Amino acid sequence: MASTSITVEETAERGLLLARADDALVLGHRLSEWTGRAPLLEEELALANVALDLIGQARALYQATGLDEDALAYRRDASGFRNALIMELPNGDFAVTMARLFLVSTATDLYWRAAVADELLGPIAARAEKETAYHVRHAAEWLVRLGDGTAESHRRAQDALDLLWPYTGELFEPAPLGPDPAALRPAWEAAVAPVIARATLRRPADGWMQSGGRSGRHTEHLGHMLAEMQVLPRTYPDARW
Amino acid sequence: MYSQALNTPTKLADTSPEATRFQDRIDAEERIEPNDWMPEAYRRTLVRQISQHAHSEIVGMLPEGNWITRAPSLKRKAALLAKVQDEGGHGLYLYAAAETLGVAREELVDQLLSGRAKYSSIFNYPTLTWADIGAIGWLVDGAAIMNQIPLCRCSYGPYARAMIRICKEESFHQRQGYEIMLTLSRGTAEQKAMAQDALDRWWWPCLMMFGPPDGQSNHSDTSMRWKIKRFTNDALRQKFVDATVPQGHYLGLTFPDPDLRWDEAAGHWRFGDIDWEEFRRVLAGDGPCNRERLAARRQAHADGAWVRDAARAHAAKQHAKAA
Amino acid sequence: MTDAAPPPEAPIPLWEVFLRSRNGLAHKHVGSVHAVDATLALQAARDVYTRRGEGLSIWVVPSAAIVASDPADKDTLFEPTGSKIYRHPTFYEVPEDVGHM
Repeated sequence: MASTSITVEETAERGLLLARADDALVLGHRLSEWTGRAPLLEEELALANVALDLIGQARALYQATGLDEDALAYRRDASGFRNALIMELPNGDFAVTMARLFLVSTATDLYWRAAVADELLGPIAARAEKETAYHVRHAAEWLVRLGDGTAESHRRAQDALDLLWPYTGELFEPAPLGPDPAALRPAWEAAVAPVIARATLRRPADGWMQSGGRSGRHTEHLGHMLAEMQVLPRTYPDARW
Repeated sequence: MYSQALNTPTKLADTSPEATRFQDRIDAEERIEPNDWMPEAYRRTLVRQISQHAHSEIVGMLPEGNWITRAPSLKRKAALLAKVQDEGGHGLYLYAAAETLGVAREELVDQLLSGRAKYSSIFNYPTLTWADIGAIGWLVDGAAIMNQIPLCRCSYGPYARAMIRICKEESFHQRQGYEIMLTLSRGTAEQKAMAQDALDRWWWPCLMMFGPPDGQSNHSDTSMRWKIKRFTNDALRQKFVDATVPQGHYLGLTFPDPDLRWDEAAGHWRFGDIDWEEFRRVLAGDGPCNRERLAARRQAHADGAWVRDAARAHAAKQHAKAA
Repeated sequence: MTDAAPPPEAPIPLWEVFLRSRNGLAHKHVGSVHAVDATLALQAARDVYTRRGEGLSIWVVPSAAIVASDPADKDTLFEPTGSKIYRHPTFYEVPEDVGHM
């Protein structure tokens, strides 16, 4: 049987859009996995709101490539995904989920702000920035409560930061097009530090940083995620849903 | 429907002046508000009905949540996530309505997790294919709407207000389900088979959702008198069948009931006998998924305990600092 | 089936949520949320009650801070106003020729 995979002819523009779209889809998908599992009913709704924002951003970015959004989401192999590795890591506990959302959204928010003036990303960035600013606020409030809560929550929050830190370097790797992520690093540091301090947590040291997502070299986790996510379009390639 | 297990008969022996005035207010279609005098049995019945309704919404997130990560397009994924999120919201509104009667949400959740509280039998059936998401939206939400619209005029104010909000939000749920069914039944042979199989499995459990036949439902009279309930189980069930059968025929699907026929004289679709033995068994705990559903809720609650503890501890620290 | 259930937890405070749907309108009660503190209560109110563009401004108030009148006092509090019909414009007769007033 012929493969159900597609290969995308990647121009520089498409590469830029796919990197941002895949970031949003993969993280949105991870957050949607929380459905029915949140620690509080109110948080059930909050997590779904963030996931829906991200899925909406992904759709707008995929559509901007001029290709079919569902073909891009459901017919590419893991090696075709351009998301940063931190997005695809499993949710872990609520501390990992919130610490990731905080670290990532703080970087993404700065990126969207820089992208508002960008010809290609501008229209999407304006809306995405507002959504992302709220994600930062929500995740920061939780990180502070977990860090400065009980001994157990403090330990879990610190473990989460330690686990995620080596994946933050990739968020600032230079890109051939669009705003320069590397230039956003100082602002990110300045935004992240006070929240970590309020949370009574320790900023992990910058050691070896994981990398590879932007060129399609992923962790083992993405393949499992996609196997689940893509199962219907892959099994019934002729069907429309 | 969401309180299928409310089978304790309530006494109406109270002839005190308060009780008479209370019934007069109900008869005059006045709404009862949280601080108003109400018979203890009215309060108890409401707490049970509203909390069972809330539990049903929360447990109801699980069968549909089962397909969020496998939704076959980004549009479907967003719609399903938004719908399941709505169900969480509805559970939240309903718990809040129950809380106005003097029971804390924690206590109600504890009743669910300990197995003391019931929820709708329908959510103990599994979602085996994507078509089940269509069938749940079309049939389960369709059945729920039949029940919920009259509840918008329930005599208890906070419950009625919650139901108004819920009904407004739910208007897209049934449509998205029917649209999925329509897409499948106009799709490939495999998709059509998927749609038919989903109807075959969900039809009878959906008819059971309305609860036992009127003759066997011993709480109905009191609830009707108190205007907590405005139509009988059988009346709502018939209304649902009459509305749904033509929709199924439009899809080109067959209902799994050889006795289903149009009664021209009465203007109703007549349907076959419901297996009430299955209904009682599922309600009593022996459905296909009862144990999984409860286990999933308990797991989420247990996994979240340290988060809630942390939030409380942080608030206490802030409070101490401010003092 | 009952042995696995944990005991009920300490309650998380209840907050009443008020929304202003448009500028120029007053805030209106829409429901409640549970949250440990005011910041999270505000976020929960936003996440729960403004998902369909219902609000431009949110108030959250601890439910415990609301002081309500007693329904038993209804007659004492509100009945006396019924006889003060001179507070309403229709109490006064103005000839039609005078026009709208």
